[in-house]
Amino acid sequence: MNLGMNFTSSSSSWKSNDKASDQFPAGLRVLVVDDDPTCLRILEKMLRNCLYEVTKCNRAEIALNLLRDNKNGYDVVLSDVHMPDMDGFKLLELVGLEMDLPVLMMSADDSMDVVLKGVTHGACDYLIKPVRMEALKNIWQHVVRKKKHEWKEKDFEQSGSFEEGEKCQKPLEDVDYSSSANEGNWRGSKKRKDEEDESEDRDDTSQLKKPRVVWSVELHQQFVNAVNQLGIDKAVPKKILELMNVPGLTRENVASHLQKFRLYLRRLSSASPHQNALNNSFMGPSDPTFLNGLDFQALAASGQIPSQSLATLQAATLGRSTTKSTIPVALVDQRNIFSFENPQQRNNTGKQQVNLLHGIPTNMDSKQLANLQQSAYMSQSNLVPSHTVQPQPRTQLLNDIAGTRVSRNGIDFSRSNSEMRVSKNVVPNYDVYNEINQNRNQDWTLQNVGSTYGSSLHGGPDVLRPVLVESGFSSKGQSSIPVKSLGIDQQFNSSLVDNSLRVKAEMGFENGLYSGHFGQDDLMSAILKQQEGMGPVGNEFGFDGYHLDNLPV
Amino acid sequence: GYLDEQFIQLEDLQDEANPNFVEEVVKLFYTDSARLLRKIDLALDDRPFDFEKLDDVMHQFMGSSSSIGAKRVQRKCTEFQEYSKDGNFEGCTRTFQEVKHEYATLKKKLENYFQLAKVAR
Repeated sequence: MNLGMNFTSSSSSWKSNDKASDQFPAGLRVLVVDDDPTCLRILEKMLRNCLYEVTKCNRAEIALNLLRDNKNGYDVVLSDVHMPDMDGFKLLELVGLEMDLPVLMMSADDSMDVVLKGVTHGACDYLIKPVRMEALKNIWQHVVRKKKHEWKEKDFEQSGSFEEGEKCQKPLEDVDYSSSANEGNWRGSKKRKDEEDESEDRDDTSQLKKPRVVWSVELHQQFVNAVNQLGIDKAVPKKILELMNVPGLTRENVASHLQKFRLYLRRLSSASPHQNALNNSFMGPSDPTFLNGLDFQALAASGQIPSQSLATLQAATLGRSTTKSTIPVALVDQRNIFSFENPQQRNNTGKQQVNLLHGIPTNMDSKQLANLQQSAYMSQSNLVPSHTVQPQPRTQLLNDIAGTRVSRNGIDFSRSNSEMRVSKNVVPNYDVYNEINQNRNQDWTLQNVGSTYGSSLHGGPDVLRPVLVESGFSSKGQSSIPVKSLGIDQQFNSSLVDNSLRVKAEMGFENGLYSGHFGQDDLMSAILKQQEGMGPVGNEFGFDGYHLDNLPV
Repeated sequence: GYLDEQFIQLEDLQDEANPNFVEEVVKLFYTDSARLLRKIDLALDDRPFDFEKLDDVMHQFMGSSSSIGAKRVQRKCTEFQEYSKDGNFEGCTRTFQEVKHEYATLKKKLENYFQLAKVAR
């Protein structure tokens, strides 16, 4: 078992780390990326002095390749914000998506908005240059914290399935299965020092070696399919897990994947000012293979979307940098279309929608989306009218909302800090959207709600259900908060929620095209809304590849 | 004071295994900053003025300077950035001359410093 061997080797490396370090984990494998050779050299030396294992590179591309070639090879990534070949935020998101490693940003720029951007993109920390030794000495905390979060999630899920001593074996078995079933990779966890005490309380030390799941395209596809099948309101991680039937995959993995997706959706919706950056980050030429592969695979897998569309989408995403206004419209329409499509073609096209959405975060291009939309439109003639009317107001609304969202993100984050849980990501989204909707109170949204609901939606209860489901999804027990914030209790609010959901969906969709990280929640909520309790709308829920834990708390 | 605590940190990093670490870093700084300064020079000669580019390159230069602790240079850079953000070409050119001046002074002082350090060793 290759994976088994990896497992043991990682555990042994962990042990050696354990022995070597006293105050902080020596041997922490750091990848530092900075285009400035002076800074790079200084950082390398400082990190070596911290007894870390340092790998330096001056190009983001190189860094990504290094990370991809050696998925298990690094514990933390340190990246500069301003780099010539790729925006640091983009790298940040890619790393969070693909490798789920803690990423710390650095910059001489300490202006609030840039720092906020880093935080919202999921940076574990933001260091101001010149970076001091003390700051570097503490970076190991982020690794531990992150692992701890993941462990906690998994513990909840695994409490029933894992027993002492079994954990070691189970991942190995799962490895076999998963490698055959899909491309999910299991990696042993590395740093367990601080968590050791905790984990021993729950389980034995085998839990320390938490395998890390890599959400490959296929795996994600399965996830999305499962979520679609279950339906938004029923797509709980446990059921998703069952449907996916991937041995070795835990409910925790699924849940964290879902969280990430929500985060992604949220970012999509909130990051309209950052859309370009996000778009660049995702669609940038930096990683055509990955993104393209992801998109194409995802979309092609469904078989519903012609490869041409995918190609166009990708091309559009890559090429898209400034067409904000057009994209939102296109995205919105597409999303609506797809969401409407979903209920109708639940069994068959659910994948399509899911795949599409799956692809969106990574490489969707506005043009391509537009293409998709158009095709969707044709197939959904009855639905189209309600959507076609809205392109312009939607654009405005989206942009406005995106703007507001961004401004609110600071608030949300500050609020969520106290919670320190995944749900916080969801809560702010909903709150923000609700507020936005209420503030806006634009006719078109209400009209849309009325019209859409009149035409295809059933109304309050159905709407509420998806929302509730989504809340349940994201918060895992803290669903009451988002629900309340949404004001689901009230019918009026439900319509607002619908609007917010729809807006979110639109924005999420849009963002999906752009960056893939933001607006996960929005996208999901939008889809939910659209589906209106039609059933498996959870295609977006499937996109749980992004760990909310990545979010800085 | 031409250099701040950051420089001291760099010196702290220097040890038996890397006896010339500081000098090495400073040399890297020279090379890289020469390139950046040249870039700014060219950008200032360019028409129409690209303030964004100026700001960007200067930001990079400022980052390098701050990492070796060249605080006077860094302060001048900040001044430059204020002008470039305002789109004040006059201010930029003027300040840039000052930046170059500070940089040259710093270089000289560092050279003296390293000479003395070598002698002291």
